[in-house]
Amino acid sequence: MLNINNLHTAIGDKEILKGLSLKINAGEIHAIMGPNGAGKSTLTYTLGGRPGYEVTSGAVEFDGQDLLALAPHERAAAGLFLGFQYPVEIPGVSNVQFLREALNAQRKLRGEAPLSGGEFLKVARAQADAMGMNMDMLKRPVNVGFSGGEKKRNEMVQMGILDPKLAILDETDSGLDIDALRVVGEGINRVMRKPDKAVLLITHYQRLLDYVQPDFVHVLAAGRIVKSGGPELALELEREGYAEIAA
Amino acid sequence: MTNIADTKNAEALAAANKVSDYEWGFSSDIEQEFAPKGLSEDTVRFISAKKNEPEWMLDWRLKAYRYWLTMETPHWAKLNIPPIDYQDAYYYAAPKAKKQLGSLDEVDPEILRVYEKLGIPLEEQKMLAGVEGARKVAVDAVFDSVSVATTFRKELEEAGVIFRSISEAIREYPEQVKKWLGKVVPMHDNYFAALNCAVFSDGTFVYIPEGVRCPMELSTYFRINAENTGQFERTLIVADKGSYVSYLEGCTAPMRDENQLHAAVVELVILDDAEIKYSTVQNWYPGDAEGKGGIYNFVTKRALCQGKNSKVSWTQVETGSAVTWKYPSCVLNGENSVGEFYSVAVTNNHQQADTGTKMIHNGKNSRSTIVSKGISAGKSNGTYRGLVKVAANADGVRNFTQCDSLLLGDQCGAHTVPYIEVKNPTAQIEHEATTSKISDDQLFYAMQRGLDQESAVALIVNGFAKEVLQQLPMEFAVEAQKLLGISLEGSVG
Repeated sequence: MLNINNLHTAIGDKEILKGLSLKINAGEIHAIMGPNGAGKSTLTYTLGGRPGYEVTSGAVEFDGQDLLALAPHERAAAGLFLGFQYPVEIPGVSNVQFLREALNAQRKLRGEAPLSGGEFLKVARAQADAMGMNMDMLKRPVNVGFSGGEKKRNEMVQMGILDPKLAILDETDSGLDIDALRVVGEGINRVMRKPDKAVLLITHYQRLLDYVQPDFVHVLAAGRIVKSGGPELALELEREGYAEIAA
Repeated sequence: MTNIADTKNAEALAAANKVSDYEWGFSSDIEQEFAPKGLSEDTVRFISAKKNEPEWMLDWRLKAYRYWLTMETPHWAKLNIPPIDYQDAYYYAAPKAKKQLGSLDEVDPEILRVYEKLGIPLEEQKMLAGVEGARKVAVDAVFDSVSVATTFRKELEEAGVIFRSISEAIREYPEQVKKWLGKVVPMHDNYFAALNCAVFSDGTFVYIPEGVRCPMELSTYFRINAENTGQFERTLIVADKGSYVSYLEGCTAPMRDENQLHAAVVELVILDDAEIKYSTVQNWYPGDAEGKGGIYNFVTKRALCQGKNSKVSWTQVETGSAVTWKYPSCVLNGENSVGEFYSVAVTNNHQQADTGTKMIHNGKNSRSTIVSKGISAGKSNGTYRGLVKVAANADGVRNFTQCDSLLLGDQCGAHTVPYIEVKNPTAQIEHEATTSKISDDQLFYAMQRGLDQESAVALIVNGFAKEVLQQLPMEFAVEAQKLLGISLEGSVG
């Protein structure tokens, strides 16, 4: 589904990703772990197409398409979802309005008919219920006045509504208490653990992996993947620290 | 079956055309009858004669003209305007009268086509087509200074509402007009008001009788359509005791290279327990991306809340014009009277806007609310200028003011200039102001969820302006939302 080959990304003059390669097949959940400054968020933004993250060489194929040739909104329509480490507030725009416009924009690009207000609300309500979010919050402006946990929960509701093929979740576990962590973990499993979908979890800690079992774990250090393994690698990292493994 | 490639090409072409041209920049070809070029007493006499005006009206115009000659252009606004040659413009242009029209069907198809291009709201199109159940909106169509057709006149007449072009009203209801014309905005009020008094070509008169809730929303479409023709509209609305009316005003103008002068005057009179809701969407040609052309918009709008418990609410969405100089104001004379001002002003490229309001509290326990949302992009400048004034004997006055500015890019400016003059110690005045930028984080977040850049900007801007937009009547709100997006196209990235 996702094939990253020798990816180099620079921000300004500074090269952050230095030849990163990674292959993710449908039905798989991958976790990338690594110390601060390893390039985890840069990888997320590069795949999302954020302006300012310049790919200097390498290729990324997503679902048969050249991902790097697409604009950010086209990547979304192709089925890519980013869960943000710091979800952004948009004052005056309700969650419902935001997501309906976003979903219908995606559907339009895919040549699908737009959802009516009623149809959309049905989908939105089901996802909100599943994540234990009440409808009032769905009607509030996007992330405005939400607690850290509520924002992350909202990201999961958005993911459920947009129903992507591949979700890249950037430190979705940060700022969550144990209960919220469990809810978010269940959300990821419910929406994304399917044979035709895939997940890339980016995290510092093992704890989210207690709830979402990865099939593969990778260690990112200094802009490239230095080690890959099964779920046991995460435990090893937790025990011994990055310094040991990345060395 | 539709060929997808063709559809895509057509869409791309349409989008490209939209960006390269002012979307509604077109001009239609209708025979004009011009007043001689330039401004003199003869011009004033020509206009008055054209309108078959009574002697008193001509005298009033001439008095204003002579006063105007002694005045100077105001310079206090934060606007950079080259000197205007008032002798190098036409002051009167009207489509030649063909016959008395009974309905819109009989209107010159050319004019109807202009309305179609203007995208008159669907609700109204349905209404005009006689679709059952469509919401009623009366359209007094002002086409190049002269009212061409008035719909729903009969139903309004049954309710006792007078809805006429001001020229007709001067002839048919001289006493009503005489009583209030120039009483809210005196002819010597300011340079542009004096000019308007001398040469106003047409406009609208509305009278809502005591206790009547106007059975429909009143809507006038203004349009400037002749090269080098200033448009000088005059609107007078009187809401008698206990009455209510909602009035919508919307406008766009065709593309012209030379600057066009517009100096309108709007006077509202509100008596005891009456209310006027006045909504404007202004989308005149703003000039091109280099700042060439565009409308000069110098407007004096004022409401006189004369009666106790009277209320006026101004809502404006200002996206057009090269220069906007406009301060819809409320003179709150009545006890417990209420003034509201909700404004969204967008400037892009080289546009300049100096706009705001005045709340003059003379009545006891009068209250006012000001919500101003300024959006600046490109190399434009937007200024909020507002006065809150409380007279010495006006006890218990309250005002709340909120001024928010949103910047797109780093070459534009937003300025807030509040004036507060309080002579009564019991007054409660609050002023809040914020300035923010559309952040890259917000844009990327919205785009990652599937919105293209223009849609993302439009969404964020509409969220910013929501408090004002939700004051608009439904059919206007939808139009205004689209307009905000269109006005800011190409302003980011």
